[in-house]
Amino acid sequence: MPYLRLAGLAVIALLAAIAADQGHDLAYRVHGALVMLVAGGLFLWELRRAEEVRPVVDISGYMDGPIRAGVIATAFWGVAGFLVGVFIALQLAFPALNFDWSQGYANFGRLRPLHTSAVIFAFGGNALIATSFYVVQRTSAARLWGGNSAWFVFWGYQLFIVLAATGYLLGATQSKEYAEPEWYVDIWLTIVWLVYLAVFLGTIVKRRQPHIYVANWFFLAFIVTVALLHVVNNISIPVSILGSKSVQVFSGVQDAMTQWWYGHNAVGFFLTAGFLGMMYYFVPKQANRPIYSYKLSIIHFWALIFLYIWAGPHHLHYTALPDWASTLGMVFSIMLWMPSWGGMINGLMTLEGAWDKIRTDPIIRMFVASLAFYGMATFEGPMMSIRAVNSLSHYTDWTIGHVHSGALGWNGLITFGCLYFLTPRLWGRARMYSISAINWHFWLATIGIVLYAASMWVSGIMEGLMWREVDAQGFLVNSFADTVAAKFPMYVVRAAGGGLYLTGALVMVWNMWMTIRAAPAREGAPDTAIPAE
Amino acid sequence: MSEKRIDDVTGTETTGHNWDGIEELNNPLPRWWLWTFYATVLFAVIYTIFFPAWPLVSGATQGVLGWSTRGEVARDIAQIDEGQQQYREGLLSVDVHMIRDNEELQNYAVQAGAALFRNNCSQCHGSGAAGAIGYPNLLDDDWLWGGRIEDIAHTIRHGIRNEEDPDARFSQMPAFGEMLTEGEIAGLARHVQSLPDGADPLSGPAGQLFADNCATCHGDDAQGDPEIGAPDLTDAIWLYGSDLASLEDTISRGPYGVMPPWGERLGEANVRALAAYVHQLGGGEAGEPRSETNVEEQIGEGDVPEGAGRTGGDPSDPDEVPFPEEASGTD
Repeated sequence: MPYLRLAGLAVIALLAAIAADQGHDLAYRVHGALVMLVAGGLFLWELRRAEEVRPVVDISGYMDGPIRAGVIATAFWGVAGFLVGVFIALQLAFPALNFDWSQGYANFGRLRPLHTSAVIFAFGGNALIATSFYVVQRTSAARLWGGNSAWFVFWGYQLFIVLAATGYLLGATQSKEYAEPEWYVDIWLTIVWLVYLAVFLGTIVKRRQPHIYVANWFFLAFIVTVALLHVVNNISIPVSILGSKSVQVFSGVQDAMTQWWYGHNAVGFFLTAGFLGMMYYFVPKQANRPIYSYKLSIIHFWALIFLYIWAGPHHLHYTALPDWASTLGMVFSIMLWMPSWGGMINGLMTLEGAWDKIRTDPIIRMFVASLAFYGMATFEGPMMSIRAVNSLSHYTDWTIGHVHSGALGWNGLITFGCLYFLTPRLWGRARMYSISAINWHFWLATIGIVLYAASMWVSGIMEGLMWREVDAQGFLVNSFADTVAAKFPMYVVRAAGGGLYLTGALVMVWNMWMTIRAAPAREGAPDTAIPAE
Repeated sequence: MSEKRIDDVTGTETTGHNWDGIEELNNPLPRWWLWTFYATVLFAVIYTIFFPAWPLVSGATQGVLGWSTRGEVARDIAQIDEGQQQYREGLLSVDVHMIRDNEELQNYAVQAGAALFRNNCSQCHGSGAAGAIGYPNLLDDDWLWGGRIEDIAHTIRHGIRNEEDPDARFSQMPAFGEMLTEGEIAGLARHVQSLPDGADPLSGPAGQLFADNCATCHGDDAQGDPEIGAPDLTDAIWLYGSDLASLEDTISRGPYGVMPPWGERLGEANVRALAAYVHQLGGGEAGEPRSETNVEEQIGEGDVPEGAGRTGGDPSDPDEVPFPEEASGTD
């Protein structure tokens, strides 16, 4: 078996070397070299330990290694993604930051997908993988299925992130929002994702609990649907096996519709369903209260996943998309309002009887603020899907404000809360090193979000009104450049908000670092033993 | 597994499930939540009756209101077109230089011209029409190709040095870098730079160079010639910069500023509105058309006479370029 693995790695390294040598474009060649180095390094590592006697792995407890790695990766990619976000926000305010020497690598057009992918897939994705592995073990009372497959998922996912990010900088992109990586990166992610699904499902199958906990329904819906979305939206034909460029099989409005079916459900299943899975475990655990309503969790789960998948056309109002599809996208979005709020109600009402913890426990405060932003964004979304509202909001900064109140508020804050919950437990500490630093993080992040969202709302609505302003004769009043100039102060405020948010995340990283290094150890039994039946 | 129990804090029964210490209360669905959900579903159903919604085998239901996005846009455009109709006709029925005599028509033309300018011209000439390096300022009274309203209309209609419109204004300043030495160009640049201060264009060694190379187009008095787009060099307005380096570069390379033709794209009425707008920005020259050159489309959108309106020659034929052969004879 070790020899088979060595042979496999050698073949991969060789093929990658050929790709690095023969590739038609820079991104492809760099990626070939990268894969060659990874496979070569793994080959040497395997070779050196081929003779060693492997220590017997204790498989009686939970498998927390990949989760610890995932927690660190989440914090790392979070800071990286926020940093790029602040930089591109400054580029919009001060275009001189698109330096001449960095044209073609670090201008806004190249960095923007780097930012979105870093925060959604690297930060959010690592948070989802780590928490889902943590939650599925605890709520199934079973160790992760598949041995070291969980490690493969972790490292395979990091490789995907690095390939995607370097590809953007070097110009390899499908030009599809949130689906920019080219064909070979897509294929790699598909493999990693199927293994992820297998590990998750395998763990659920061997659970020692009669029922599957609601958090796991959401995680499973997220994993299955994202696999489906990813595969369908990325169906394309490579121009050459030795180049990164590929051609989409869909064209025109069909391509646009497929893209936004994907794009909207990336929000719906990645950023909503998956994160609701986190919410359903970590909020009741931290509050130490039962979930508010079992019935509500069932009804809103099924309503959410049934309705979300149809709402994509609202991204294409007033385009070549037929009116009927646009109408359906709108009404499904409106019906989605209450199913989305079901999660908020269940999360907030779980605090019934523990409201005082909002005052005393900054982690609970983070969860509550996160749910509040979730509620706000999931009301705003259906509202913006209404055609008349969309005719004002579409293509303006309002959309950016909407996305960020959801991403920074809901996804960001709940992830921070989970990291604060997980770090002491995974490293055997009694608590986080500094509780007041969590408080600082909470306020920095919250003020940052408020500045960000408020400035983009003002800027977006102003922009929309300026675009449509006509004089008595029916002539447009403003030129496009006028609207750009008018947005400048809002862009500065937005960058300042992003800066505060980034600062908060840096405080968190320091706090996590100090916790792992120096916080007092937890007394009593470690948290990793599977309870007896 | 724990049994169903009554939660102490809320007095509600649990479902009896327990996952890693997490229990669930057996609360019913919140009434307001459920009824709001039903209301959104009801709204959705009613909305799909009124608007295009359900796909059929071929096509889709059109909705009882008969509304469509395309219909909505067409209605808006038709409404505005109708309101503007009389003015557009008015613009086409009078000589361009007569527009300003009709106050109502002039108001419309300036308003329309301003909107057209913001959306079509401001990208190069700036939203305030103050221009930029290489793009003329339209607020002053310095006009490369003439500042009477007919001249301006012609420039807008056909553009400058473009390849799309055979009637585009055309002239070409040679790249003197290929003909003069660096020292001569430097001297010429200094000489030209001193012209707005009142220096005699033809005095001194540089003056001789000027007479041999530049005066043919820019004139012995260096005041240029709008017939061939030769700029006035005595007015301290510099299209490509006034510092020595810029002047040397301009003389060496020979500028070749291009403006696209707008006649076909905007239509004659809009071209006239734009001309009226630009003319009243501050520097428009008054008076009848300067020459026959720019008046060929005075009335209506009639056919352009063959060859009329040409100030330059065929750009592809060097013999036609309005520069005398002597220009290159200074080596």
